Amino acid sequence: MRIKATNMTGIEARFQIDWPGFTLDVDLQLPSRGVTALFGHSGSGKTTLLRCISGLESTTKGRLVVDGDVWQDDKHRIPTHKRPIGYVFQEVNLFNHLSVINNLRYGMQRNGKTQQVSLDQAIMLLGIDHLLDRKPDHLSGGERQRVGIARALAVSPRLLLMDEPLAALDLKRKQEILPYLERLHDELDIPVIYVSHSPDEVARLADQLVVMNEGKVQATGCLADMFARLDLPFLVGENASIVLDAIVGELDKDWHMVRVDFDGGSLWIMDHGLPVGHRVRVGILARDVSLAEQPGVSSIQNILRGQIDAIADDRHPGLMLVRVKVGKTLFLARLTKRAATSLAVVQGQKVWLQVKSVALLQYNLS
Amino acid sequence: MNMLSDGDLQALWLTVRLATIVTMILLIIGTPIAWWLARTKTWWKGPASAVVALPLVLPPSVLGFYLLVVMGPNGPVGQLTQTLGIGLLPFTFWGLVIASVFYSLPFMVQPLKTAFEAVGDRPLEVAATLRASPLDAFFTVAVPLAAPGFLTASILTFAHTVGEFGVILMIGGNLPGITRVASVQIYDHVEALEYMQAHRLSAVMLIFSFVVLLALYMWRPNANKSY
Repeated sequence: MRIKATNMTGIEARFQIDWPGFTLDVDLQLPSRGVTALFGHSGSGKTTLLRCISGLESTTKGRLVVDGDVWQDDKHRIPTHKRPIGYVFQEVNLFNHLSVINNLRYGMQRNGKTQQVSLDQAIMLLGIDHLLDRKPDHLSGGERQRVGIARALAVSPRLLLMDEPLAALDLKRKQEILPYLERLHDELDIPVIYVSHSPDEVARLADQLVVMNEGKVQATGCLADMFARLDLPFLVGENASIVLDAIVGELDKDWHMVRVDFDGGSLWIMDHGLPVGHRVRVGILARDVSLAEQPGVSSIQNILRGQIDAIADDRHPGLMLVRVKVGKTLFLARLTKRAATSLAVVQGQKVWLQVKSVALLQYNLS
Repeated sequence: MNMLSDGDLQALWLTVRLATIVTMILLIIGTPIAWWLARTKTWWKGPASAVVALPLVLPPSVLGFYLLVVMGPNGPVGQLTQTLGIGLLPFTFWGLVIASVFYSLPFMVQPLKTAFEAVGDRPLEVAATLRASPLDAFFTVAVPLAAPGFLTASILTFAHTVGEFGVILMIGGNLPGITRVASVQIYDHVEALEYMQAHRLSAVMLIFSFVVLLALYMWRPNANKSY
């Protein structure tokens, strides 16, 4: 049934929906590797887009090509159960009449084709080997979600779709599951489309970001670029920040710190037992970055030289965001307008950045 | 001394046979109807639901009368059965079965429809993402999750068919071993002023009905669970 369109890799997704009170109109090109986050407010159409990709939303006009295979066009539409996907729903929806192991086997048995991800691998990755004989009623929320993710993996999907898998969980359960999601990212070569409205989750998990608003794609690009943009209103705000991927360059055993290097400079962060050469992702809040004309004596350890790249108003009338380029890397600094005026901040100006705090977001990036 | 006469036992056996066959036929016919009613979004879901529920409010004699007309020598079904060499259905056991299927239809469809609605769309969507075709998902997900509904529907259908009287009189008459079920037998006993026999058979029916309802209300596994 599958029709080869091209030999291109990547996902081409074009969908139009016109419902009373809601329209979806997207035309996207996504890489078919890594984690792509669909990010936006509730009602922005991100879940509907995911359902279109899975085939669960059936009344759509559109075209969907995954790595050259046409899943949907004007004439053909492969039904959901014939698409090589895995789907993780927000509320887990394990089959309550089946034990955990039989939930895992349900899709695997129907998959027929050679298993890329073995059942044992899925069980091991999600750490659920002690739960196999239980009924779903006897699992905690976090355990249920882990079983749901393992069940989606056990069908050896070519594309894993996740619809806010953490949204129904409290903070503690989220922290319990995030490491498992990071392991998926690192250990399996399965492209993931991940729906989320949480900048924190996106910063930890995603490689690419698609920002959606009112049924349309507002912006799309790699994570670091998107976080450094000044025109995306939900990234701007109290928690405006940048993310950057860096490599551990030096250990300082005496002070329990490590130096991580990025394109254009380096930062000292707390030692978390990472070996030299390891890749890490760090996040820096705009409010933790200040600007100075001269590098003065202060308690701040991370001081970088950069050039002002762009200036924008922040949400509060008394605040502004200044984007500074350090080498090829973009940083955001939040200043009061009063401070910006006394510094005479202008585009192109050379400044010193003082970075007060760096958060380690992810450290098992391979 | 026998508690029940041979005629009574024959009537009871006929009743059980009728109710069992009707329940099995309705499981086959009622399940797709209930499934369709629970999931369709077309406008004629309303009219269809009303037709299915009609036997609940229609006097059994009215239902029986129409069936008699349709299955009689000049009715369309009657002419069809005669052409096929089956003969006429009224006053036969299978005529009773067909009448009872109509009469008990809502008792099968309503609980199943409620059960399927409680299952909802989501488990079926999950099954589809796990490579299950719609038919596969129906048998491996919807039916097991709606199992308490199947139990309720079967018990109600069986019990309701056992309690049938008006339709039977209209369509089946009163032929021993063929259409004389327990309810009709009791009527005969009373007509003949055989109060002792009427008492015994009535007591059997009373106990049966109570036990069925008790089973229904006391033993409903998973009845309170939401899926």
